[in-house]
Amino acid sequence: MTNVVEIIKGAISLISGLCVTTKAFFSPVVTVQYPRQTVKISPRFRGHTKLVADEERPERTKCIVCGMCERTCPSGSIKQIEGEKLEGEKKKTATVYILNYTTCSQCGLCVETCPVDALAFSADYNVTSYMKEDFYYDLVKEFEKRKKA
Amino acid sequence: MNEIIQIVGKETVRLVIGLIGVLILVVVNALMLTWLERKISGHIQRRIGPKEVGPFGLIQPIADGLKLLGKEILTPANVDKPLYFLAPVLIFIPVLVSFVVIPFDVCLQVKDINVGILVILAFSSLSVLSILLAGWGSNNKYSLIGALRSVAQNIAYEIPLLLSLLSVIFMTNSLSLKDIVEAQREGWFIWKWQFIAFLVYFIAGVAETNRTPFDLPEAESELVAGFHTEYSGMRFALFFLAEYTNIMIISAVATVFFLGGYLGPFLPGIVWFFIKTYLLVAIIMWFRWTFPRVRFDQLLNFSWKILIPVAFMNLIAIGGFLKL
Repeated sequence: MTNVVEIIKGAISLISGLCVTTKAFFSPVVTVQYPRQTVKISPRFRGHTKLVADEERPERTKCIVCGMCERTCPSGSIKQIEGEKLEGEKKKTATVYILNYTTCSQCGLCVETCPVDALAFSADYNVTSYMKEDFYYDLVKEFEKRKKA
Repeated sequence: MNEIIQIVGKETVRLVIGLIGVLILVVVNALMLTWLERKISGHIQRRIGPKEVGPFGLIQPIADGLKLLGKEILTPANVDKPLYFLAPVLIFIPVLVSFVVIPFDVCLQVKDINVGILVILAFSSLSVLSILLAGWGSNNKYSLIGALRSVAQNIAYEIPLLLSLLSVIFMTNSLSLKDIVEAQREGWFIWKWQFIAFLVYFIAGVAETNRTPFDLPEAESELVAGFHTEYSGMRFALFFLAEYTNIMIISAVATVFFLGGYLGPFLPGIVWFFIKTYLLVAIIMWFRWTFPRVRFDQLLNFSWKILIPVAFMNLIAIGGFLKL
């Protein structure tokens, strides 16, 4: 008798299993067709760092070339920061900001430590190249490019 | 054409044309079934399945076939050469012969033999032999284990398969598939006392074709691919072709025996036949993407302790019922 009960129970569980797959079969597809479609990137995504535009003078970055980020970077990824004092201004303006993205681990210490909040994470994720030199970003140039676009 | 018919005789020409038709059907059917299987598996897992090659990925199986044709045919060292080479050929012949007796429509049948179902059953048990040859000849322990499992499984499941078909034959008094279809003019056998027989047949049929949940002979996760581990390129394709054609045969026989074959309103018979057959094929694929693989002792216990007694009781009941 227990055998018969077992068979009936088993048959019911098989049918409920089939119901699960049927439901999945008629549910919408969740695949994202990557090169043609892209998913929305979350605001907390960490790409390489980027320089933020100054609110008062949007043609320029906020960076004041203090070098805090360079000193705090645990991997020494920030290679070179140069700037110049423009006429009639107290603070410096960045002209060169080289980030070696190959060693950067997106820890975010530079973003945190920046006294003027000039750094932020970008949303760039599809970065590929055959040469490591391509990942030595000049963030000022990148900023200029973004400004034009 | 008339001269050829005069020389070799009408029946031979009919048989040759029929066999060519069957060959085309087998290849096209297997190609379409691989596409269908991938589409069904995709949607069950909420993916899309093939879509890049051709509309809805319909040309994908042809691309796959070409890839297999272009692949290097490897022969591992120390294989038992005659057996190793014979197995893929031998597995393909029975599936061709089985289609000869299946009635696709009232007049569309290569040859109506009065022992039709015996032909199908005899030749489909031949495919076990070629699986054993492949497993033995490959000189690979996984292949051998897979082949042995396949033999044990096929012996166990052929009995309920035969018994369930026998209960239909009790009602028709004929082994000819066409007679069996014609006997269902008043109603399909699945609704005339044969529902249990249909269930037993279908379960045993899934096991006969080595499909999940009874796919122990292939068991990718433990035996790599079982008996066809060592086969590559076109030889592998032949095994694949035979597997999908076997699914088709099992479904076609179920259609003929229980679902009224080509009978149905409005549409032409051949359309009905293929609708019913492919519905059953789709159900077998649905099983594959739902159920996990059973253990070997469960597999054999299920056949010997449950399916065979049920099939026997069903047979006795039907026999008694007919006698009354």
